[in-house]
Amino acid sequence: MTATLTRPAHAAAPANELAGTWHLIRLALRRDRVILPIWIVLLSILPASTVSAYDQYYPTAAAKAALSAGAAANPSFAVLYGPAFDLTTAGGFVAWRLAGFTALLIGLMAVFTVTRHTRAEEDTGRAELLGSGVVGRYAALTAAVTVAAGASVLIGLIQAASMSATLPKSGAWVLGGSIALAGLVFTAVAAVAVQLAEYSRTANGIGTAVVGVAFLLRAAGDSTVDVRWLSWLSPIGWVQQARPFAGDRWWVLLLPVAAALVIGAAGYVLLPRRDIGVGFIPPRPGPAEAAQSLRTPFALAWRLHRGPLFGWAVGIAVCGAVFGSIASGVGGLVGSSPQMLEAVERLGGTKGLTQAFLAAMAGFFTMVASFYGIQAALRLRSEETAVRVEPLLGTSVGRLRLAASHLVFAFLGTAGLLLVGAVLLGLANGLRAGDVGGNIADMLAGMLVQLPAAWVVIALAVTIFGLLPKYSSAAWAVGSLALLISMFGPIVSAPQAVLDVSPYQHPPKLPGQEFTATPLVWLMVVAVVALGAGLFGWRQRDVG
Amino acid sequence: MENAISISGLHKSFGRTQALDGLDLQVPVGEVHGFLGPNGAGKSTTVRVLLGLLHADSGDVRLLGGDPWKDAASLHRRLAYVPGDVNLWPNLSGGEVIDLLGRLRGGLDQKRRTDLIERFDLDPKKKGRTYSKGNRQKVAIVAALASRVDLLILDEPTSGLDPLMEATFQYAIQEEREQGRTVLLSSHILAEVEALCDKVSIIRNGRTVESGTLADLRHLTRTSITAELAGPPNGLANLANIHDLKVEGNRVRFDVETRSLDDALRRLTQVGVRSLVSQPPTLEELFLRHYTTEASAK
Repeated sequence: MTATLTRPAHAAAPANELAGTWHLIRLALRRDRVILPIWIVLLSILPASTVSAYDQYYPTAAAKAALSAGAAANPSFAVLYGPAFDLTTAGGFVAWRLAGFTALLIGLMAVFTVTRHTRAEEDTGRAELLGSGVVGRYAALTAAVTVAAGASVLIGLIQAASMSATLPKSGAWVLGGSIALAGLVFTAVAAVAVQLAEYSRTANGIGTAVVGVAFLLRAAGDSTVDVRWLSWLSPIGWVQQARPFAGDRWWVLLLPVAAALVIGAAGYVLLPRRDIGVGFIPPRPGPAEAAQSLRTPFALAWRLHRGPLFGWAVGIAVCGAVFGSIASGVGGLVGSSPQMLEAVERLGGTKGLTQAFLAAMAGFFTMVASFYGIQAALRLRSEETAVRVEPLLGTSVGRLRLAASHLVFAFLGTAGLLLVGAVLLGLANGLRAGDVGGNIADMLAGMLVQLPAAWVVIALAVTIFGLLPKYSSAAWAVGSLALLISMFGPIVSAPQAVLDVSPYQHPPKLPGQEFTATPLVWLMVVAVVALGAGLFGWRQRDVG
Repeated sequence: MENAISISGLHKSFGRTQALDGLDLQVPVGEVHGFLGPNGAGKSTTVRVLLGLLHADSGDVRLLGGDPWKDAASLHRRLAYVPGDVNLWPNLSGGEVIDLLGRLRGGLDQKRRTDLIERFDLDPKKKGRTYSKGNRQKVAIVAALASRVDLLILDEPTSGLDPLMEATFQYAIQEEREQGRTVLLSSHILAEVEALCDKVSIIRNGRTVESGTLADLRHLTRTSITAELAGPPNGLANLANIHDLKVEGNRVRFDVETRSLDDALRRLTQVGVRSLVSQPPTLEELFLRHYTTEASAK
């Protein structure tokens, strides 16, 4: 049962190596009949709906100019959304605001979809059952890749078609096409990740990390003048560099085509060199006896959570260092037009600019870290469905104790991640701007006031787990919704009632704004009630 | 406390599916009790109610003198459970799982642990994912048998074991019995049940249909008789409790219930018997009868 490198590689897959692919595609579509349409609808309708918002809220040339100035004056926008090439047209606005995040989300969709139909199937042993039928060696991978790629292309097509109703056709197709191609690149990345990893969890981790690094590369490249070339290393950056509605550089689309082909081919080359159910990283033997410390549910939970927590901490630390080191330079992005200078003045000069940037980063980091919390909380559910909870509940471990052992990581782990992020942001910015201690303190305050909002989102995940366990993955939708409202709500001037739905709208924005405790108390109350409801449900319901 | 397990009138439904429909089960302390029934009869559901994993809709359930739902955690110090589907944590070794589960129960007998690992030929250093189904089961079995507990609840514990390990398992359960432990053994392997169990309960469609010692149950079964007679048989067909009678000239073949065996033989000897083959009732027959009537009842 070890992967061997001596097995001959198949230069070209004969037809029978793909036998059964069509059946597997239909199986995948049947299994994904809810989640895939959600991804497709969500990602497809974003551009067209942003177009109408743009026309509604920026009707005049003056309003459009003010928007351009405002966006250029706040460099945190460049970091989060990418370079604003042309904000005077609806198309240019849509491309700036959505290209990066849509590419990020389509990447996640591609990674999760490919893993779900390859590595996860091997983990459960279902792949063996299918593999014993008339199913070719490459069928499972090909089916998964086809489904993920098909969904990506469909999203791109719907985006382009819906935008070209009101916007220039060329730009609509450059944007839709480059988004679809980003999906294809990350599909190919996932095809490699599932060969390398031993478990689906690891494969998802590798794939997500690549998507995250792609986002980070372009964020760094777009935020400073010195390292612009970094954006060109990122599949997410390519979408923006194609400049939809702002020059339409079609040739940039060749980059993702080439990358998808090369990376995808690597996946197919690696596949026949490993055995089913094993990755290239072979499992090592463990100890014959457990350490004395492994005697509580918490000790077990630590073994299960430490890997993901460490991975997240590294990711957050890297992001913190990168964004912290560019924070003091963000003023340099501001042009010299009178409107921009006026906008900067309103923000409190370049120092205020850096503060606004750091406050935006604090909010962004918190939202991202909340996804770790959701993941850790939902680990309870995945342990339950994998029937690993039952042997534990068959011992003297009560349900609340078992839940607590995982939820400690969900709630305190998230807090720990924010601590890491705050320290690194403050340190990196402090080293460049002076006053390391003050900067770290500022960032700690900025992130910790956001923590109750993240806890609300995580507590809602526990509520769903306790009361509606079958719909546990809806917790991801809750987290995403809160993030989408807070990131995109203000720019499309969504009504206050909608904005208030997101817990992230309520804490004070530090550094910069004044501290108020009332919203934090309310958020904590909501979090405690949601957590209590979830735990109550978990105590009362059937396990399994 | 007389009964380790006492269930009466247990009901449990999942949506529209009635999984348990008035189930009864009594297991006295110190008894090895076989728990039998066709697939989907409700065996695992019963076990999961006993472990407090499922909330019973109605009925009275007592486990080691306590309420399995309310007192779950404290009762579980005194019992060990081997599930039918054993799924281990991928990044923990088998040895770690054995120690962890033992410590979370009433503690682990180190000597017995070492002994069992050797007898079951288990490599405790392998990680959870790399074990085969049979080896995953061995991990759970060793963890249960090495724990210091009063009651063992085993849900088809040997379904993945090879015949050699099956024998090892039977031997180990005999030792448990000698220690005075109570065992609830859900199983499909009749030889195992026959070798180990003092009493058995057979359930079907969520209800107990038979319960008693194997000798009691045998009494309810039929003996197959094939005989060559001196002349044509007469009167056999009129006899009560005779089934599947076939007559070909002087040859007869029939099944007779144990209580009418004497009558049937008397009829045969009246004609004169040239040769006679009698097949004693087997457990298989008993089970097949219960299992197949379920299929025909549906």
